[in-house]
Amino acid sequence: MHLIPEEHQMLSGEHGRATQKAMEILTALGTIYEAEEMVPVTSVQIAGVSFDNLGEAGLEFLSEMADGGGQARVLTTLNPAGMDIENWQALGIDPEFARNQERVIDAYARMGVVTTCSCTPYLFGNLPHFGEHIAWAESSAVCYANSVLGARTNREGGPSALAAALTGRTPRYGLHLSKNRQPGLTVRVDAGLSGTRAFGALGIVVGRAIEARQVKAIPYLRGIPTASVDELKSLCASVATYGGLAMFHIEGITPESSQHPAPDETLVVTQGDLDEAIRSLDVPTTNEEVDFVSLGCPHLSLNEIQRAAELLKGGHVRKTFWITTSRPVKRIADQMGYTEVIEEAGAIFAVDTCCVVAPIKGRFKRIATDSAKACYYAGAKNGFETRFLPFDEVIEEALK
Amino acid sequence: MILNGRKISTGQATGEALVTSMGISFYGGVDPETGQVVEKSHELEGQSIAGRVLVFPTGKGSTVGSYTLYRLKKAGLAPAAIINVEAETITAVGCIISEIPCVDRIPIEQIETGMQVSVDGETGSVEVK
Repeated sequence: MHLIPEEHQMLSGEHGRATQKAMEILTALGTIYEAEEMVPVTSVQIAGVSFDNLGEAGLEFLSEMADGGGQARVLTTLNPAGMDIENWQALGIDPEFARNQERVIDAYARMGVVTTCSCTPYLFGNLPHFGEHIAWAESSAVCYANSVLGARTNREGGPSALAAALTGRTPRYGLHLSKNRQPGLTVRVDAGLSGTRAFGALGIVVGRAIEARQVKAIPYLRGIPTASVDELKSLCASVATYGGLAMFHIEGITPESSQHPAPDETLVVTQGDLDEAIRSLDVPTTNEEVDFVSLGCPHLSLNEIQRAAELLKGGHVRKTFWITTSRPVKRIADQMGYTEVIEEAGAIFAVDTCCVVAPIKGRFKRIATDSAKACYYAGAKNGFETRFLPFDEVIEEALK
Repeated sequence: MILNGRKISTGQATGEALVTSMGISFYGGVDPETGQVVEKSHELEGQSIAGRVLVFPTGKGSTVGSYTLYRLKKAGLAPAAIINVEAETITAVGCIISEIPCVDRIPIEQIETGMQVSVDGETGSVEVK
């Protein structure tokens, strides 16, 4: 792998211990994936923030990197934490967990990382443009950046994203190269799609189909006339969760779709396929009542919070209902009065966190949500039963 | 016998080989408190990887596994070195942050459990004694 003089200096320790370790990580990855050189990145999104996932070992590593003088060289934001940093008591978080979570955030802050804890950095200013090379972790945001924005990133893990932040580099392989961004499978959607749940269901069908293939392929979706930002972020989270996908194209919607002809091999998705995907996550009747309702996986946009406020106005929530979003979006919701309406109805803002990464195992039995990704982790990580409903019906469920 | 591969993580170490033909998931598959393989029906289930030269085809599982290796190292329970056929991100990153020598592209069928093995993470070579 060819390194330029500055990268050699980083590797030999001239920029400090943390930068050296970061460059060691990147050159090893470059070796494994046969990159010829490093590429400068302009933006980083780091995963490995919730203490629930990191544990003591992860925290120790971060502290070591901060003590070793590591400093972010480009705009770097963080994934959701295990709790609302300002309001963790209201979420019933254990004080010892809260202390450890604060130590994690502090280690990142010492390294110059912007400690907004969110999976939707593109909604508040960490917004790369078309063709920019970036290094993002957080699978849903990776998929959004590649597909919707046309920026270029591999699916980074926590340490490799941090390494990119501390060096401003990433090895040039995978989705940084144009040849690896070509579609390999046409997906013809023969069904009307509307709303976050419908797009999440499409993500399940496409994700599972790709997952079952010997050779992975980037899908080229046809038959989707329009898609909102909220619907696209739902689709991204779902295909990343169910298919490990880092990218898709949608004809007429995503920016690189016009550069490629539709591949010959075609998968047809019918309304029946979508219904079946929904049924696999939405079990309407069991012995358990829904005792947990959550919206905001990925984190809610301002538009979605506005809609939630409209539906909750004057109502009375009868279940634990988390609204999860980023701190910057919450501040605008405060300013617009949406927060007041939502809280008056009895829903709780769980900012900086979400139902996927918060330590909620054992606290609930059955969750209602509009997110296919949240359903997956509710089952796999926390053992909850799931109801997978359209956005508006999730709110109706909370009010029941 | 000298086997030449690629350097993944620097450092040198010698130890007794522990060989498996199965992939290893450090997160969930190895107990960070004991260094024992706990993955059900794994060839190495119940065996400790502490201080051994751990030889396996490639890593698998959650990316959090890198931190499991780091935790094992802090507890003095990490492998002395790792030899892979193909290293992947989890094992490579785990070795680098934990300072465990690692080389790959080694024909591991030539190594048997119990053999004394020296791993040179500077040159990417393995000496089987």
